[in-house]
Amino acid sequence: MNAHLDYVLHLADTTLVLAQRNSEWCGHGPILEQDIAITNISLDLLGQARNYYQHAASLINTANPNAQADEDSLAYLRDEREFKNPLLVELEKGDWAKTTLRQFLFSVFQDLQLKRLLHSTDTQIAAIAEKSLKETAYHIAWSSEWVIRLGDGTPESHSRMVTALNEVWEFTGGLFVPAPYELQLAGTIAADVSQLEKPWTETVSNVLEEATLSLPGKTFMQQSGKTGIHTEAMGYILAEMQSLKRSLPTATW
Amino acid sequence: MPKKKLLLKNKKSLNSTAMQIQIKKFYYGDIPEEKSSAPSTPVTRDEHEWPLWEVFIRSKQGLDHKHVGSLHATDAEMAIKNARDVYTRRQEGISIWVVESKNLHASNPDDAAMLYDPAADKIYRHPSFYNLPEEVKHM
Repeated sequence: MNAHLDYVLHLADTTLVLAQRNSEWCGHGPILEQDIAITNISLDLLGQARNYYQHAASLINTANPNAQADEDSLAYLRDEREFKNPLLVELEKGDWAKTTLRQFLFSVFQDLQLKRLLHSTDTQIAAIAEKSLKETAYHIAWSSEWVIRLGDGTPESHSRMVTALNEVWEFTGGLFVPAPYELQLAGTIAADVSQLEKPWTETVSNVLEEATLSLPGKTFMQQSGKTGIHTEAMGYILAEMQSLKRSLPTATW
Repeated sequence: MPKKKLLLKNKKSLNSTAMQIQIKKFYYGDIPEEKSSAPSTPVTRDEHEWPLWEVFIRSKQGLDHKHVGSLHATDAEMAIKNARDVYTRRQEGISIWVVESKNLHASNPDDAAMLYDPAADKIYRHPSFYNLPEEVKHM
């Protein structure tokens, strides 16, 4: 039961944290149309996160009827070490190159993961996966276009993409290292992420090639996020996201 | 691609007419501000500004694409994606057309009297004198 809950929270935290990161562009996008595009993606991810959190809350409340968990308490009242998102999604948004590249690298992973989750023995997860896949398909199309556009663009945009790739790459490896709760559930409730690295690398290298960027070689990979150990960027996100709820717990819209 | 050929052909014949009689060229979007003839070459823009596109959306029930607004994009593909993000967020449509604004030509508002008023007293052109058969739809 614990692994099951941890896994749903892992899926929820991953989408929530990236939604929060992308939402930082709201009102700051490079052009109005793209400001709307990135915040649309943010809202897609937030919607997915809400589905997972509601599911997690019902798991908690079923096990313990006095728990009174809900999506808000799970998103706003848990501390950094309880968040199970991979490090990739918590990295600072950086410039447009870094934001679109990170989205691309994540979306390709998410697409592969969700396709496997269609067969999850948790039918709620399978249903969320089915709904999310359409959104992810668009995220890949949108972000890969930007990676190609900037990578194969001007010398300035190319060098920004190179910088972004160097900054982000070491945080991709963690996506494919299963956390203990994933290992326990792989093939039943959870997807076996260790199998996703090969197809992911294939898709990513195709797009990078078109973007005239070279796939970084084997290097040290950070991999701690899913077990609750985060980068220094994580505390700032949670501070911004949770402070209102924590200082004014009864506030409503 | 027969459609493309046709377009090119039309363009050619337009150009040859333009040489005989001077056609004032109006760009869609120029009209509201100026209400006067636009220059025959586009106004030079800041090269960092992306081209303007007009967006047409067909709704689920709709039979035709309707003009919904405009946006900026670097090319047609991006214009369609931007249109999806800007104009279909609330399930407004199931099909998108985009056309670069500079390729739309508009009638001159100053010519309105000449162009449209003469039709005002020709009520016999309306199909109101006929009984429409039941089977005829979308009239």
